[in-house]
Amino acid sequence: MNQFHGQSLSWEVKDGVVELALHREPCNEIGSLTLEELEKFAAALKGMAEGAHALIIYSNMKPGFCAGADLRELYHRSQQMDRTAAAAGVREYLERIHRVMNTIDASPLTTIAAVHGVTFGGGFELALVCDLIVADKMARFCFPELRLGLIPGFGGIPRLKRDLGNAVVRDLLLTGRSFNATKAQSVGLVSQVVGEGESLRVARATAAQLKKFDRNTAIAAKQFIKPIPYDELKREIDLFCHLFAQPAVEAGLKKFVESTDAQPYLP
Amino acid sequence: MHTPEETLEEILNLAAAHFKVPRQKLTPDDDFFKTLGIDSLQALDLLTRLENHFHVELPDYELQGVSDFRTLAGRIQARL
Repeated sequence: MNQFHGQSLSWEVKDGVVELALHREPCNEIGSLTLEELEKFAAALKGMAEGAHALIIYSNMKPGFCAGADLRELYHRSQQMDRTAAAAGVREYLERIHRVMNTIDASPLTTIAAVHGVTFGGGFELALVCDLIVADKMARFCFPELRLGLIPGFGGIPRLKRDLGNAVVRDLLLTGRSFNATKAQSVGLVSQVVGEGESLRVARATAAQLKKFDRNTAIAAKQFIKPIPYDELKREIDLFCHLFAQPAVEAGLKKFVESTDAQPYLP
Repeated sequence: MHTPEETLEEILNLAAAHFKVPRQKLTPDDDFFKTLGIDSLQALDLLTRLENHFHVELPDYELQGVSDFRTLAGRIQARL
């Protein structure tokens, strides 16, 4: 399926480049609907990869690339279940999103996240599966999960650790502060920082450059340099599920959901 | 090197220009959430613009409880 237009996302293949656009109000929060459409994308990716060389993931939403998991849906769904059922539901959700993330991470395509604005939590983790991150100078990266009594659950810690020094990982994880694009580039997270509104254009120019190289060589190079930390990813799911069962999480989620601010992103 | 007054003035000018509020309507002790009519997401946008403008790094937790331009200017001045 080389083309799809869903409620949360769309994709198409143009000039050997698969473009995945996120477009769910308000900022591409990843809930059950987005997950279903991401699974469709992951299933279609292998077929599309045969005739392509690059994948670009970007957002059509003004506030940013992706604000992460849909915490309101997570909270309301967990309220409708007993604790055991809620814990099992969270584990199943995480295993599904990990399968999607791992598929994109392992794709033979060279993958580029073109990000702007809010790139938080699960959105940050989606960017981290990509080989390159091109960031608008207004992009911000953050792991706010500790504020809720959780850790990132979509593979963020092992992937960040793969790419960066442990001290930077601890800074992002333990303080919950956000990095702007310049800071993110200075620590080695971002490949290019570009002007406002330019990230997709630059990602496309980068994808066009990649087309000049032999595909098999590019695939071999990627496999050599970018191992997927499967064991740590599994342990991350276990730790997330353990923490999710603690009372602090319900209180944190309740506070977030009941906030009168439309998007309570400041700590 | 910016003086504290210059820092405050540049913040007011930048906020007025970006959020399309007449500059004369903004005063140093205004609650910028109310005067600019912004939510926390737009406050993050303002934070990024200020970091880029002044070439400083301002952790968001330093803005916790800060809602007026004068205190915001003080936080930035401390990192110049």
